[in-house]
Amino acid sequence: MTEAPVLEIRDYRLNFNTFDGVYHALDGVNLAVGKGQSLGIVGETGCGKSVTVRNVLGLLPSPPAEVISGEILYNGKDMLKVTPEEMQKIRGIEIAMIFQDPMTYLNPVFTIGTQMIDVILTHQKALDRHARKNRKEAKAHAIEMLRKVHLPNPESQIDRYPHELSGGMRQRVLIAMALSGSPKLLIADEPTTALDVTIQAQILDLIAELVEDMGLSVVIITHDLGVVAKVCDNVAVMYAGQVVEYGTIEEVFGQPKHPYTEGLLKSIPHPGKPPEELYGIPGFLPNLLTPPKGCRFQARCPKAMDICGTPPKNRNNAAHDRTVLCHLYEEGFADA
Amino acid sequence: MTDIIDTTAEPTFRERHASTIRTWRLYARTFRNNGAAMLGLIIIAGFMFLVIFGPSIVPYPEDALGATHIENKLQPPSAEHWFGTDEVGNDVYTRVVVGARVSLQIGLIITGISMLIGVPLGIIAGYVGGWVEETIMRVTDVFLSIPGLILAIAIVGVLGPGIGNAMLAISLVWWPGYVRLVQAKTLSLKSAIYVDAARSMGASKMRIVFVHILPNCLSPIIVKVSMDMGMAILYAASLGFLGLGAQPPFPEWGAMISVGRNYLPDWWWYSFFPGLAIFLTVLGFNLLGDGLRDILDPKGRE
Amino acid sequence: MLETHDLTVGFPVRADGKKAILTAVNKVNIRIEKGDALGLVGESGSGKSTVGRTILHLNRATGGSVTLDGQDITRLNAADEKVLRRRAQMVFQDPHSALNPRMTIMRSVAEPLILHTKLRGAELREKVGSLLEIVGLQKQFLYRYPHELSGGQKQRVCIARAIALNPELLVLDEPTSALDVSVQAQILEFLKSIQKELDLTYLFISHNLAVIRYVCNRVAVMYLGQIVEQGETEEVFSNPKHPYTKALLEAVPLPEPGQPRRGKPIVGDIPSPLNLPKGCFFNTRCEKAIAGVCDQKPVPNFTTEDGRRVRCVLYDPEMQPQAATAL
Repeated sequence: MTEAPVLEIRDYRLNFNTFDGVYHALDGVNLAVGKGQSLGIVGETGCGKSVTVRNVLGLLPSPPAEVISGEILYNGKDMLKVTPEEMQKIRGIEIAMIFQDPMTYLNPVFTIGTQMIDVILTHQKALDRHARKNRKEAKAHAIEMLRKVHLPNPESQIDRYPHELSGGMRQRVLIAMALSGSPKLLIADEPTTALDVTIQAQILDLIAELVEDMGLSVVIITHDLGVVAKVCDNVAVMYAGQVVEYGTIEEVFGQPKHPYTEGLLKSIPHPGKPPEELYGIPGFLPNLLTPPKGCRFQARCPKAMDICGTPPKNRNNAAHDRTVLCHLYEEGFADA
Repeated sequence: MTDIIDTTAEPTFRERHASTIRTWRLYARTFRNNGAAMLGLIIIAGFMFLVIFGPSIVPYPEDALGATHIENKLQPPSAEHWFGTDEVGNDVYTRVVVGARVSLQIGLIITGISMLIGVPLGIIAGYVGGWVEETIMRVTDVFLSIPGLILAIAIVGVLGPGIGNAMLAISLVWWPGYVRLVQAKTLSLKSAIYVDAARSMGASKMRIVFVHILPNCLSPIIVKVSMDMGMAILYAASLGFLGLGAQPPFPEWGAMISVGRNYLPDWWWYSFFPGLAIFLTVLGFNLLGDGLRDILDPKGRE
Repeated sequence: MLETHDLTVGFPVRADGKKAILTAVNKVNIRIEKGDALGLVGESGSGKSTVGRTILHLNRATGGSVTLDGQDITRLNAADEKVLRRRAQMVFQDPHSALNPRMTIMRSVAEPLILHTKLRGAELREKVGSLLEIVGLQKQFLYRYPHELSGGQKQRVCIARAIALNPELLVLDEPTSALDVSVQAQILEFLKSIQKELDLTYLFISHNLAVIRYVCNRVAVMYLGQIVEQGETEEVFSNPKHPYTKALLEAVPLPEPGQPRRGKPIVGDIPSPLNLPKGCFFNTRCEKAIAGVCDQKPVPNFTTEDGRRVRCVLYDPEMQPQAATAL
């Protein structure tokens, strides 16, 4: 990567202290997103994909979460160390987040206009006094943002309540709200999971458009490999709290290397092809209260070897554009 | 989890109940970490101790139902009479301790009758719906709209004073709370997918209610009962205090205060110790109920 | 084996303070032969789940009928109802909420057996054990509670419960959409294999086209309560005829590199079922809508030469000249 990344996560380890013991949620995650780039984080339930980004905006309560090591660098600043006041100036203005279910994040008793104006006015507090927008300007800005996300008739829609909008429209409103502070980085956690496919296609198209037009960097967290393949430049495949494969879409989806990625791709039925045998990855996610000693995928891996009882090296990091956390590729990587 | 499982062997008790054991351990831990709830538990444990052993450990058992030792009347607390004596020379300590059993009975009977009325009505209202629900809920609303104690006083006024009538009257104003609680819970459980699944398997309405809905209503009912116990005791004591409930010399705390207040402030111990007993018991049940809510409320778990 | 004739399901609702009827299923005709797997695909609000629920009497049909082997099962007396319950079973979308949280797995799977058979005690335990074996779960799960199982395991339990009475018809309502893809693959494989083994007929309801293509030999596409296209799965997927089917297929993002970042997604929102468009229900979003035709009168089903039924005027023999230019 030639330019310094906008967001860089380095050797991030995180535990949850639970009733049953210490849950090793993340184990040495390394990720990076460049300016104007989009990164997809994919993985199945419990792989830690959401947990990875929650603390970018300090959203994980501690306890039970406990950061063991690592840094989350946003333009060089460690987000794990910023004060709550500083965080307030970053949230929404530098980094914005959108979530899976738009209804949960909109207050049902206020119109979307009121909520957007509130958000915009909150952002003003971070600005110098003379540069701040007043309520009227904020409303104009809200309408402008709604137009940007292609909400039809924003002037009249702004006075509607969330329940009067469809799921797709609500997600557009949420995106407009997230982008109203002109953030540099947008983190989207399962942004289209609650939506129908035709509406999902519209929202993905919108995200792609915003990345192009606003030079936004995006992190998309999803379980849907199709979504990642459609809108992202790079992809990180996570399994049991580790990034097992990292690379561009072409590399990872075109030539998957990690047996988990391979298995995952083989397990998805393809709507455009007649059915072949599907590959269901056998077994279950390891219990992260007592993670396996070596490779975390070994118990389910068709290519497991004796050496897999020791941890594989080559965790990905920002310097490597393509990494695979698997003993099979250790030699090859040393050469590269 | 072992890899080799002998599938022929009957599972041991421990295996069959492994999850239940874990759940109870989790409950115990959550509860232990809650100081207020533990305090409540300790108070209620002490209360239960008095309920069970009270009559056999008190120094003057014959004073419980009212004896007369005029020569000892209105003695201040001393080594012989820890809580002093009352106007006819009965040992206040004995009467307060024996009163615990009375209070528990009162609490259990009131919440018991209320549950017997309220839970079935709530389930019927929630599950059947339609005009049945409307009728039940409107009647419930009428009862809830009148201040409970005043209604209870009115009912006792008609039935005549006495501890039995007081309990009946309080039960009659107490059940609407259970209807509300159970109806709301039933309504949400009725649309649960596992209830749909049971319907699709051909389970009868009775079976759905008793096997699928009622057991899932238990947690909030238990919490409400434990919170209500204290309040029910307090209500009964209030009626006793007003002279409408238990009649002296019956060892009921409210009735004791009712008489004792005539001797305030000089002979303070006469009403102070029964009052303290009411206060501690109500506090104990409330703290315990709060603690139970914390562990039984699924949102608070894990 | 199973047929619906103009099946209609309406729900009374309150909209803007007025009482209205929400027609979730609008004159649906489907036909499933023994051993078939019919896929019912559509987006939310298409009424696909309601069709399945109505067949199993979880909703009441307000019009039309459902027949099982020629017998009308829309209105049944209690005894016949019991027979139906043995013949048709359902698997629900969210396996977590489909299991009573206070029942052990043993109790949940035993429920249909307790209701319909005389098995009790050790025999019952044995039967439940063997059912768990069929769905690939070890006996140690018998005394667990649902919250201790993973999603895939819970769905296996639900399937075990559904097949306990050896039904002929299984209505599968989005059985894998709450699951991870690798688990979904296991469950789909498993569903396919038991279909053959146990000689089951499936009505498979899903919003996921790929899953339907994988499991079903026939498919019906629903939009706003109507079936817009119905035919052999491979034919429909390789050569979709209704514009909605086409749009649906194009909207699915594929897990492969080299897709265009920006497409031309189908515009607009799904109309509210309370405020249905005039004419063809899809005309508000259809690329090929012909003004003055599609937004005027309702569109009937047309049977194309290859035996597919499509609800679109482009396949109206009388419209051929205009259709030719539009296609």
